[in-house]
Amino acid sequence: MKEIHYKHIVQNVARLCEEANYDLGEDVVKAFQKAVQTESSEAGKDVLNQLIDNANIATQNRVPMCQDTGVSVFIVKLGQECHITGGSLYDAINEGVRIGYEDGYLRYSIVDDPINRKNTGDNTPSVIHTEITPGDHLEIHMTAKGGGAENMSALKMLTPSDGVEGVKKFILDTVQEAGPNACPPLVVGIGIGGNFESCAYLAKKSLFRPVGERHANQDIAAFEETLTQDINKLGIGPQGMGGSTTALDIKIEISPCHIAALPVAVNLNCHASRHKHVIL
Amino acid sequence: MAQIKINVPFLDEATVKSLKAGDQILLSGTMYTARDAAHKRMAEQIEIGEELPFELKNQVIYYVGPTPAKPGEVIGSAGPTTSSRMDKFTATLLERGLKGMIGKGYRGQEVIDSIANNNAVYCAAIGGSGALLAKKIKSVESVAYQDLGTEAIRKIQIEDFPCMVINDSKGRDWYKESQEKYKKL
Repeated sequence: MKEIHYKHIVQNVARLCEEANYDLGEDVVKAFQKAVQTESSEAGKDVLNQLIDNANIATQNRVPMCQDTGVSVFIVKLGQECHITGGSLYDAINEGVRIGYEDGYLRYSIVDDPINRKNTGDNTPSVIHTEITPGDHLEIHMTAKGGGAENMSALKMLTPSDGVEGVKKFILDTVQEAGPNACPPLVVGIGIGGNFESCAYLAKKSLFRPVGERHANQDIAAFEETLTQDINKLGIGPQGMGGSTTALDIKIEISPCHIAALPVAVNLNCHASRHKHVIL
Repeated sequence: MAQIKINVPFLDEATVKSLKAGDQILLSGTMYTARDAAHKRMAEQIEIGEELPFELKNQVIYYVGPTPAKPGEVIGSAGPTTSSRMDKFTATLLERGLKGMIGKGYRGQEVIDSIANNNAVYCAAIGGSGALLAKKIKSVESVAYQDLGTEAIRKIQIEDFPCMVINDSKGRDWYKESQEKYKKL
């Protein structure tokens, strides 16, 4: 049984929080560079070039690329042969967020209660999803998820007769409705199947995959490709200024579901698609 | 595209009127920061007849909640937040003299109409470019609602702050007009 100490997790989580907010992943930077070449509007090209400049400034000056440093969302894969010592896994992650957000001069964007709305002052609690896996590794995947794009996300319980056309329509309608509010060019995360809550999780989880990487299943990969092309015909463009780059990418995850059901979740991510991970 | 230099707060009605949907502008001067919680509080003050923390006449509000400034810096990352969340409060502020707003994203029809009726302007800055936009902010002064942290009202001095006119005093909507041209579905 491998042992991992609480403090080791705290340190790593704090580092992930800072790096996620300062260093835009190479996957997204490459997608920007590719989009500059293909974007059909001058205003859109201008936006993309400024986003590349912005990412460079953030990395060089160690400042957040966006002031919305987000909800800290974690997908943690805990090997069943791995034992956490010195404290709880959840406490360790929240302590890491507390330290990372304070030391990194990141914004505190969490309120303690959705109705009374008092800022918790340290960006905790974070949202933590855990999966138990074989082996003795502890994988921690972190994303800083902004509020603007999250607000424009949607879930709909379609039924089997709606079929693939219904799924497509719901996705396109959601992106259309979001327009500039979700900070395009977007990364669109889709969950299809499962039930009400697992469908939303599938959509979120899909956003942890690198931009530009297709799904392993060829049919799903083809659907991702078609949908990306369709979304980019909506005309919204970078920041809604008109153009052919509304989405940098679309990610789909699927799951078995009830004979009566066809749930679809669309979790929109802004262009600042910030995801980092560590394997301990 | 040529960028038009504008001083804020606006000097006169004519300057506001001259701005057209799609104009790229560079703002210099001062403006105030306010987002969700500050708007809610201003609306409450108006409701009970209290004076607002600053005089709205000819001013511009920037919808932003910056990250904390690092030592030696005036402000942290400071890009725009989604404007539609402020829609509920906007007409009231425009009727009291507010002339400009900077944020990102669509405004509701009621706000678009109010912008036209009050000879005002709504501009969008690039969402998610907070590191770049922070460089255009030269000084920051606390004004009110310190307890709101990032959501407090601040007066900021800006130099060549880039944004684009979305809704102008003629009731035009640049998002709608520019997206139509590229729609292929």
